[in-house]
Amino acid sequence: MTAITADNLALQRQADRRRFLEPWLYLSPALVIIVTVLVVPLIIGISYSFRKFSAFRSEYVGLGQYRAMMVDPVLHDALINTLWWTVASLALQFFLGLGLALLLNQPFHGRRLVQGLVFLPWAVPIFLTGLTWAWLFNPLIGPLPHVFHAIGLQSEPVTILADPSTAMWGPIIANVWFGIPFFAITLLAARKSIPSELYEAASIDGATAWQQFTKVTLPFLAPTIAITVMLRTVWIATFADLIYVMTAGGPAGSTNTIATYIYVSAFKSLDKGYASAIAVLLLVLLIAYALIVIQIRRALLRDV
Amino acid sequence: MPGQSLLQRILGQTGLYAAIACYVIFALLPIYWTIKISVTPQDLLYSEGIKLWPSRMTLANYTSVLKATDFPRYFLNSFLVSVTTAVIVTVVASFAGYALSRFRFRGKALVSLVLLLTQTFPLVMVIPPIYRIMGQLGLTDNLYGLIIIYTAFNIAFATFLMQSFLDGVPKDLEEAAMIDGCTRFEALRRVIMPLTLPGMGATVAFVFTAAWSELLFALMLINSESQKTFSVGLLTFVSKFAVDWGQMMAASVMALIPVCLFFMFLQRYLVTGLTAGAVKG
Amino acid sequence: MASVSLRNVHKKFGPITVLESIDLDIADGEFVVLVGPSGCGKSTLLRSIAGLEAINGGEIQIGDRPVTHMAPKDRDIAMVFQSYALYPHMDVRRNMAFSLNLRKSPAALIGERVAEASAKLGLNALLDRLPKQLSGGQRQRVAMGRAIVRNPKVFLFDEPLSNLDAKLRATMRTEIKALHQSLKTTAIYVTHDQVEAMTMANRIVVMSDGVIQQVGPPLELYDRPANMFVAGFIGSPTMNFFDAVIVRGAARLADGSLLPLAPAAWKEGREIVIGIRPEHLHFADQGFPATVTVVEPLGMSTQVTLDAVEERVTLLALERPQLSPGDRKYLTAKAADIHVFDRVSGLRLN
Repeated sequence: MTAITADNLALQRQADRRRFLEPWLYLSPALVIIVTVLVVPLIIGISYSFRKFSAFRSEYVGLGQYRAMMVDPVLHDALINTLWWTVASLALQFFLGLGLALLLNQPFHGRRLVQGLVFLPWAVPIFLTGLTWAWLFNPLIGPLPHVFHAIGLQSEPVTILADPSTAMWGPIIANVWFGIPFFAITLLAARKSIPSELYEAASIDGATAWQQFTKVTLPFLAPTIAITVMLRTVWIATFADLIYVMTAGGPAGSTNTIATYIYVSAFKSLDKGYASAIAVLLLVLLIAYALIVIQIRRALLRDV
Repeated sequence: MPGQSLLQRILGQTGLYAAIACYVIFALLPIYWTIKISVTPQDLLYSEGIKLWPSRMTLANYTSVLKATDFPRYFLNSFLVSVTTAVIVTVVASFAGYALSRFRFRGKALVSLVLLLTQTFPLVMVIPPIYRIMGQLGLTDNLYGLIIIYTAFNIAFATFLMQSFLDGVPKDLEEAAMIDGCTRFEALRRVIMPLTLPGMGATVAFVFTAAWSELLFALMLINSESQKTFSVGLLTFVSKFAVDWGQMMAASVMALIPVCLFFMFLQRYLVTGLTAGAVKG
Repeated sequence: MASVSLRNVHKKFGPITVLESIDLDIADGEFVVLVGPSGCGKSTLLRSIAGLEAINGGEIQIGDRPVTHMAPKDRDIAMVFQSYALYPHMDVRRNMAFSLNLRKSPAALIGERVAEASAKLGLNALLDRLPKQLSGGQRQRVAMGRAIVRNPKVFLFDEPLSNLDAKLRATMRTEIKALHQSLKTTAIYVTHDQVEAMTMANRIVVMSDGVIQQVGPPLELYDRPANMFVAGFIGSPTMNFFDAVIVRGAARLADGSLLPLAPAAWKEGREIVIGIRPEHLHFADQGFPATVTVVEPLGMSTQVTLDAVEERVTLLALERPQLSPGDRKYLTAKAADIHVFDRVSGLRLN
């Protein structure tokens, strides 16, 4: 009898162990890759921020890079540019994406074709997006300067990318063009999962279209909105490709964001230390932002 | 809708179609313009620069890109990198998504959070360390290095995508399979996988698109002509032959074709897949 | 075919106990129904027997094999799910053959068994269809067929009829019972519907809050419920309960009227609850007074709802009484038909 019990205990322990390990077994390839290729370099990157690099050697400088950061006027401008670039791109992407999602939820002829066409920009490689829009803004071969000139926005048909006061609009428009489908797809999916009975009930109760939107649609979309806005903000803020391709931060630093600045400072000036310190600043800002949005989303989920 | 006058309905419909037309025009204008310039003969490029369609058409730009440049090679490199990345990511993300979708376990919330936070890592921050590590492993200037990095960067989002698709598959089905004689893994392979094929297809296409688009890592890690991907090749092309618009556009159009094909297939499943997952919360 | 025995099975979800030391022996060939309100642990118990839930303690044995730590696939059981869980990407034939294919049975045997099962269930014309092309009742049959084909030691049913409409449910109930009589495979059947439990079971297991309340043949549970929970759960319309006090061997209700109890050593002044089934109440010249509120003719019988002694009372009359709302009547019951429970513990006293 005791033997059987001991046997059973062993079996029980074995089964418990298997149950404990099984999910981790399925997760392990993903976790191994992420830890070795992302987390470890990230930690090394953070350690770089405490060193100063020159052509052949590096030395430990403690918080020296961070102190230099505090008084860097270029970084200051880049922070403001980043904010402007992120907020403007995000707001336009979001509202145009939401509008598109609501339109695509309406029945109309050729909806499937339209859906395929309007989502297409997302498939266009980012560097191509940048190049194509740069060409569209080029007065030699692109139509846009001539259109702007014709409607009186510009006195001469010239590229807006060359003028520091307007240059940022180039990458922003390209970014909006590229990013609308992301919001449209996720919001359309979320909108489709709202039970139609809710709208029937609301319209029987006498709600207007606007009331249905604010009282039914928005509260239901809110958790999705929170998570997509968060992911998108992070992507846009760290996203250097588009600006790099279109203006490379110029003219006169007017489109220099933190992401492009890090890139320039890491690869042009060779001081990986300073670049890493700026990246740490960006990372801290973004993680704080992400955690806040996750908290807001939790609160929203509780309410619905 | 009842209770609306005919006029209101007509106005509403007109507004709807007008808004849709605006979106379609905005979405297609850059693509259309690229195609237009790619078929414009060199001599008409500037004189008919702002015409909607050139008076003569040519495919010379395409033939010269294919014959006289390294683009076919870039094309092949990009294709190999993107397909390999997409397949590896989808398999790995399917397993991870399965774990998140089907198991309750300690640390699950933490895993989700870590996956989410990897999305906040500034690419530019991990570039220098990765460059050094890759250098030590001899993976700079090498397509394998790109595949490894792209895989890591796409796993998190692909995992969430697969989790949402898997949430749409009833748990009863794999339990039935397990009672019918499958191990958990066999149930996954024989019952769950076939049912998430559309979701896996969408994930493959999504990752393919992302890998096909990537520029900065490729620019940093790849130097030799033989290893260049399409994005790097096109960018060097731009700086080298800044005047040959036609060829550049032709190359761009060719870069667009595979992703657009993939995407046409993907977008329908993306919406339905995310909807199914969203229902379960 | 095999017996099933559970010894001291318990299970927790975090801090919540869902199964509390369950002991149960199911004989070979028996049809046992687990019944109880939702959340009582009946489905968890079934899933534990299937191996889909891990238990925190105790032992499960199927036949003479302990299976407590075995994977579901090694337990030699078949299960019919509430959702049917048909594999959407396989046609009916492949759904039914799936388990035998996994076992690598010879093709001839598989064909034979599928043909046999589909003939039994009337599925011959549907073998090449996909689940989505079937009606609810047909899907139900395929789920049954999938279970039969493998000739398991035990059938497990998890509320298999609750997605069907009332009429189909009654038909399938009879069919499942007939099937069991011809196959004679041990079956464990979970339902929240006490009518299903009464009509199908050899023995019923009533559960509540993760504890077995009573085990017994349907009529024994009906006639001698072990406690107020079982008394209230089994039987439809439900039993009428009245608070009462023992006075000189009879039950005195709150309004002072007396009902006779079968002779026993009743302690004077004991606080009790008496239970009377609706069909055991009848109109009389004396008893306790009640006012008719609703009369519902059912054809075979008439259900009368009355207000009496601060309670709502249901009476089932086989004759067709001429009554209208507002009529004042006296109700009584035979001493042998009155169930007596302790007011605090709810346990049966007589």
